[in-house]
Amino acid sequence: MSIPTNLKYSKSHEWVKSESDGTVTIGISHHAQELLGDMVFIELPEVGRQLSQKEECAVAESVKAAADVYAPISGEVIAVNAPLVDEPGKINEDAYSAWLFKMKPSNPSEIDALLDATAYAELVASESH
Amino acid sequence: MTPLNQTHRDMNAKMVDFGGWDMPLHYGSQLDEHHKVRQDAGMFDVSHMLPVDIKGDDVRGFLRRLVANNVDKLTLPGKALYSCMLTPQGGIIDDLIIYFLSETWFRIVVNAGTADKDLAWMLQQRDTSAPHLEITPRRDLAMIAVQGPNARAKVWQVVSGSQAATEALKPFQSAVVEQYFIARTGYTGEDGFEIMLPATDAPTFWKALHAAGVAPAGLGARDTLRLEAGMNLYGQDMDESKHPMESGLAWTVDLKSERDFIGKQALLNADITPQLVGLVLIDRGVLRSHQEVVGLKDGIEYKGEITSGGFSPTMNQSIALARIPAQIAIDDEVNVLVRDKKLRAKVVKYPFVRNGKVLV
Repeated sequence: MSIPTNLKYSKSHEWVKSESDGTVTIGISHHAQELLGDMVFIELPEVGRQLSQKEECAVAESVKAAADVYAPISGEVIAVNAPLVDEPGKINEDAYSAWLFKMKPSNPSEIDALLDATAYAELVASESH
Repeated sequence: MTPLNQTHRDMNAKMVDFGGWDMPLHYGSQLDEHHKVRQDAGMFDVSHMLPVDIKGDDVRGFLRRLVANNVDKLTLPGKALYSCMLTPQGGIIDDLIIYFLSETWFRIVVNAGTADKDLAWMLQQRDTSAPHLEITPRRDLAMIAVQGPNARAKVWQVVSGSQAATEALKPFQSAVVEQYFIARTGYTGEDGFEIMLPATDAPTFWKALHAAGVAPAGLGARDTLRLEAGMNLYGQDMDESKHPMESGLAWTVDLKSERDFIGKQALLNADITPQLVGLVLIDRGVLRSHQEVVGLKDGIEYKGEITSGGFSPTMNQSIALARIPAQIAIDDEVNVLVRDKKLRAKVVKYPFVRNGKVLV
């Protein structure tokens, strides 16, 4: 369940959705929110910020711990899910609708190189042992 | 593992390793469990903590020297006392609760992580000063904390005859009801009981409480509840390198009476020490233990450290306990280094929350 096949995934547990206009939407995976527990604080990047792949760009904090969110690809931040800041628990309710930010990719080939659902499921399985 | 291990698993608990104990972190949502305790009733398996019975002639005399608080405050049978047990240097070996049952029987409940060390220390002191005393660790007992405004009523519903025996108990008093040892104590800032019972009876009792509407709650909620209640956690807010005065526990140390106790001289010789204060975060974010506290007071730069930090579900903002220099006053503003930022926090007198109400 919890690993939609229409998304791509990073090894650091972000999900990436390719939109029809060439932009991408980014969030954290169901598995990541499950590890973190109840979310209580979200810090989002500035719109307009240029990110390199794997750069720290957001923070997700739960009752238990703080986790850095990394840019799964390079590009510019074009939108953020500002209402999420007041309701971080939305990530626990549905990690795939509670997106964090959108990017305009500078190197779309980076998207192809991300994990597909099958590969991400294997990663999750390997980390739970 | 505790006698309730399988019961937790059957209730879909997320289990974690806690100092060698396989314990429930939560049963779905730590936040829900927290609110349930503040508003209704929740229960915690605290069987990893160790009851130690001390029996024989003049247990009181032995305890007068062993712990920093004064056991002479215990006059009524069933009465409990919170105290630190100190090294000769005044460092905190553990914080514990002493129950006075009779002049020949006291029970001490110690923390799980320190149980072996505590027991060894007690036996060593016994051998030198009171070799006739019998000291018995009670791993045959389970312990369940039922906490919340409706906690006592739910226990009365489950344990027949317990209402008559425990309704008149004041905080820090206890009574024995058949196989149950029921104390009006806790670690949440709410009303409730901590109940010791034979380990073999624990799963049935737990399930009966659940059927009566008591929500199972894990170590996660236990930590946010005790932090809101301003209660120290051993190993985090204090340890053997800290003495009670710099751990917010001066109120548990009796320096007034003539009585000598282990660590007393070191405490009397201690210079002005740092203090433990509460912090409420003004900016957005979450305070965590070990974050650095910095600031400027009367032109002098100072530093301190958060000992316990987290998110307060009741206040919906972040709070912390911090050890900072004595010259910093209540209502002062300090900065906390969180990642690459300096966040502003206000110094407050804790507890933050008691009996469902925010106090700061």
